[in-house]
Amino acid sequence: MEELYTTWKAIGVSGGDLSFFQNFFVKFYQAFIEADRWLQYLKGVKTTLLVTAMALILGIVLGILVAMLRAAHDQQRPGRRNPILGVLNIICKIYVTVIRGTPMMVQLLIMAGVIFASSRSFTMIGTLTLGINSGAYVSEIVRGGLMSVDKGQMEAGRSLGLNYMTTMRFIVIPQAIKAILPALGNEFIILLKDTSLITVIGGKELLYAAQGIYNRTYEQMFPLLGTAAIYLVLVMILSWLLGKLERRLQQSDRR
Amino acid sequence: MIDVKNLSKSFGSHLVLDDLSEHIYPGEKVVIIGPSGSGKSTFLRCLNLLETPTKGHITFDSTDITDPKVDIDRIRRQMGMVFQHFNLFPNMTIRKNITLAPVQTGLMTQAEADEQAQTLLRRVGLEDKANAYPSQLSGGQKQRIAIVRALAMKPKLMLFDEPTSALDPEMVGEVLDVMKQLADAGMTMVVVTHEMGFAKEVGDRVLFMADGKIIEQNTPEEIFSNPQEERTKTFLSKVL
Repeated sequence: MEELYTTWKAIGVSGGDLSFFQNFFVKFYQAFIEADRWLQYLKGVKTTLLVTAMALILGIVLGILVAMLRAAHDQQRPGRRNPILGVLNIICKIYVTVIRGTPMMVQLLIMAGVIFASSRSFTMIGTLTLGINSGAYVSEIVRGGLMSVDKGQMEAGRSLGLNYMTTMRFIVIPQAIKAILPALGNEFIILLKDTSLITVIGGKELLYAAQGIYNRTYEQMFPLLGTAAIYLVLVMILSWLLGKLERRLQQSDRR
Repeated sequence: MIDVKNLSKSFGSHLVLDDLSEHIYPGEKVVIIGPSGSGKSTFLRCLNLLETPTKGHITFDSTDITDPKVDIDRIRRQMGMVFQHFNLFPNMTIRKNITLAPVQTGLMTQAEADEQAQTLLRRVGLEDKANAYPSQLSGGQKQRIAIVRALAMKPKLMLFDEPTSALDPEMVGEVLDVMKQLADAGMTMVVVTHEMGFAKEVGDRVLFMADGKIIEQNTPEEIFSNPQEERTKTFLSKVL
């Protein structure tokens, strides 16, 4: 195969005619096989998955924290408002407004070029930014889920003498999670694809690897199509996993 | 057992309970009747502070539960509540519904709670439903489970908020039977209901409420056969 590649490439370089198939083969070989480039994609995918996972965890933690704070603030008994909760609620509101109100790309550039201007670990900065960004969206999804659970559930829990946190943990949150799973899944898929944006600040994920390759070969088609295909497969796997989880959680709905 | 003094509750500018005072004695079965919007449910929900009174004091076993410093969860453990819409936890099996609160509040171990759940379920004739989910039950079955769930905390008092209003007519009887059984066992009960038959049969005392006030109260025999107030007469003529 390598011999075929070298002969055909030589013909191409010297201006000779290559058939469609030969041309296709040369470019494909260049994009994926020559110099073991597929390893670079693989490394990129690994980073992409790692960044996604870490950003996801950060996003979920932040999102749940913000959502719980805001829900707790809204559910206080009138006339007994906790001032600390009030301040935290305002901070959370500002966070969500600012993050949702500015483009992800701008956030990435600000984080890399302004806030962490002296740092060189671009992948980590990217992960942090993605997590913070995702948290704002997740918090709104979770808050919506918490509000969608019938008020009677909280009342029933409290009337049995359970405290607010226990009622949330065993009764309200499990039901909320089930309700928000499709929206949350959507958010995760967006997050996975948005990891490609950290390329602009030098994060070394999948798209970065593809760019590195076509900057060397001057052939963009195969690296980019390959990248697109890899993202598609990753998203399909994620959707499949989410679907499985959803079906498991629907256990209590069987009649 | 419960002493209510000058209780008022308003939602915004709308006054729902207007300066109520009442006393509920141990072992007593008090039935609250009245037209919708009269504040019956709000009154009942104030008794375990699901609604926060705007004014007035409620004393339970010589603790002023309207005091903000009181641990309301501890008080609520001693008062069971049954809701119009059952409010079973759909994400748990029936057994888990019943045992969650006793176990989480440290009243019992899981094993003790499971055993108690089985006994209670047998009492209401649903022992085969322990592993079912609420969505698999009929309305009457759900409400019987809701009663069992409240009883699992071994409360001193049970509050019923229109327990049969959301049921199909043929299921009302099975729920009322469980409530009668409970009454015969000597439980203190406060029941908001539209079931006049139940009020007559089980009630020690009937309160008639309208416009946020207790207009009239008496034994069931007296209030149904010989109502004193005009409002009571009009209401009873419509429902009987």
